[in-house]
Amino acid sequence: MTAMSTRAKLAVVVTSAVLLGAVAAGYAATAAEAPRTPPPAGGEQPVTLAPGPRLLAITDRHVSTVATTDPAGPRTVAGLECLRVYAAAGTGVCLKPETAWSYQVVVLDATLRQTRAVSVPGLPNRARVSASGRMVSWTTFVGGDSYTSSGFSTRTGILDTRTGVTVASLEEFAITRDGRGYRNPDVNYWGVTFTADDNRFYATMATGGRRYLVRGDLAARTVETLKENVECPSLSPDGTRLAFKEAVDADPAKGWRLSVLDLGSMRVTATAETRSVDDQAAWLDGGKLAYTLRRDDGQPDVWGVPADGSGTATLMIPGAESPSPLT
Amino acid sequence: MYLSTVSRPVADQPDAGPRRRRFAVVSGNVVALGTVSLITDVSAEMVAAVLPLYLVLGLHLSPVAFGVLDGVHTGATALLRVVGGFAADRWRRRKLVAGVGYALSAVAKLGLLLAGRSIPAIGAVIAVDRLGKGVRSAPRDALITLSAPPEALGRAFGVHRAMDSVGAFLGPLAAFAVLLVVGQSYDAVFVTSFCVAALAVVVLVLFVRERPDGEPAAGGTADGADDPKVSVREAFGLLHGGPARRLVLAAAMLGLATIGDGFVYLLLQRRMDLGLRWFPLLAVGTSLAYLVLAALLGVLADRIGRLPVVIGGYTALGATYLLLAGPVDGWPLIVLALTLYGAFYAATDGVLIALAGPVLPARLRTTGIALVQTGQALAYLVSSVLFGLAWQSWGPENAIRAAALAVAGVLVGTLLLLASPSRLTTRRVPR
Repeated sequence: MTAMSTRAKLAVVVTSAVLLGAVAAGYAATAAEAPRTPPPAGGEQPVTLAPGPRLLAITDRHVSTVATTDPAGPRTVAGLECLRVYAAAGTGVCLKPETAWSYQVVVLDATLRQTRAVSVPGLPNRARVSASGRMVSWTTFVGGDSYTSSGFSTRTGILDTRTGVTVASLEEFAITRDGRGYRNPDVNYWGVTFTADDNRFYATMATGGRRYLVRGDLAARTVETLKENVECPSLSPDGTRLAFKEAVDADPAKGWRLSVLDLGSMRVTATAETRSVDDQAAWLDGGKLAYTLRRDDGQPDVWGVPADGSGTATLMIPGAESPSPLT
Repeated sequence: MYLSTVSRPVADQPDAGPRRRRFAVVSGNVVALGTVSLITDVSAEMVAAVLPLYLVLGLHLSPVAFGVLDGVHTGATALLRVVGGFAADRWRRRKLVAGVGYALSAVAKLGLLLAGRSIPAIGAVIAVDRLGKGVRSAPRDALITLSAPPEALGRAFGVHRAMDSVGAFLGPLAAFAVLLVVGQSYDAVFVTSFCVAALAVVVLVLFVRERPDGEPAAGGTADGADDPKVSVREAFGLLHGGPARRLVLAAAMLGLATIGDGFVYLLLQRRMDLGLRWFPLLAVGTSLAYLVLAALLGVLADRIGRLPVVIGGYTALGATYLLLAGPVDGWPLIVLALTLYGAFYAATDGVLIALAGPVLPARLRTTGIALVQTGQALAYLVSSVLFGLAWQSWGPENAIRAAALAVAGVLVGTLLLLASPSRLTTRRVPR
């Protein structure tokens, strides 16, 4: 480079800074989201979590319900903002923004009033309530603190709404893997589903690049592995089957097949849904599953499919996610 | 003080004599490189701060699928770092190679916009970003060693690393400022980050000089510009014997002593039963100690010798490990552990290269530094896996005690390898 005076160099730097700043500001001005229009206040009926023939789901980040018989029909939307929601027996759980960068787990009563709130690290991923409405569980993604340089880890917590006892992270539980004691700092849990006794639960445990179905005991603070390559289990209302996502060729990079595991025979049946499902499915009744699928632009829809492998997947609630029956 | 030096990059020449040197903090080229690193780190940390939000909430991707290729990336980056270092030496274009590294990372920010929801594309963009980081660090550090007199290298690296970490602090703030202004538009953060990174490249092109001693490019002989080009054989010769091989071996051994930030913070969090929400603040505490101590320990290294400071740094690391298994609890534990851990980084990161620089021949300096950094990075990969295994079989407390023991062993080995060449090359600052 030919000699350039320091003054000239500084002038070039300042000009570049101004130009680049203008590019950034110009882009930001065009990319800035229009302020989110609050969803319409709904019909005459407010949203309630009381059991009934309705489905709970999230519409444009807000809690909403539709009639089970006409899920694509009129929708009642509440003012409560949640990224994930689930409810049972009049108790709801909502993963809700606390500030722009942090989220909290909020326990709701049937009228959507907040009864408890727990601040959690990371970004909302899964939420579940036990069938009795007593136990609440959540999973968040936490980035930047994992043991490898770039990976994400998950945090899964459980709250007993009756006693207030909270397990901030299942990582404290003692593990039995394939019949033997096991420990590893890379253990991650996600996707809890509770059994009818409100003590035992199923969940996914990942360690050493493998993902296991585990059965946990909250009182004993233990988990044991049952089967490999079973993620995001969801227990059927009769407690005999688990809907789950099965990584294709045991490789999550290839996507997941929504499947059902019979706990008696440990046989797996794939559902008729052939697209990749990255969700913890919800049982609408003993025979049908609901789950979120995203379009290419990232917009969600709630789909349904029979649990026994028959039939075909059908679109249930367009433009909604995080489905839950109100039982 | 730094700004006034930026405006007069020719102000401090290495042969300007001790009287001049006492007034200038570091040479203009070091400040220029520090400024480039500062701006680049703002850009990098902007993206790092919002990437999880973007992937999970913006794209609704399952991030557990990421990180599978981590080991592959680390290996490829290590190889390309050495290749880049060799190219920089062979064509004597350290500034160009460093510039390519900075430019690659800048372009990667825009790549995030184009990648959309495709996981392989996002993985590729992140790989390009890291590649840029891997390629630029050795030529940048080589330029620093050529931009300061050997007896003031510790200070030069200290100032550079301190400026670098200031950028790392500002990055997340800049990202959040953008999000506050434009709402949840992550794209705007990426575009801003690209613009910031591009500005750093402009500063590099204009203010960083390939031959910092100010000699004309054609006739310059300070780094052997008239000698025949560096050959591959000559580069491999670095590993065949002499002080360079001992340095690379020592760097790899020192790398074996580090188990990684993730484990250290995890153990601290378990000991303290610290609320999981406060977990990210542990890294902030360490960075703060690093930022405050980097320049001070660099100056100290020039006074008492670099090897003693590096040894002191690893002693601080060993002490950190012992604290994690030891009797101290509560806030004293956190403050002590994070200060010692930050001191470890401040006493080793730049100082080790300051120690290595003068030992490596000028014509092979970039290659040599790349080998030192690569040796350290690969050894760290091994040690973090080994520590994971130790945790599995012995439990966390015994694993961390074993790690402390490993630090002690590595220190003895390092002293045996480096004690003599250090005595030859470390000079005291003339009074």
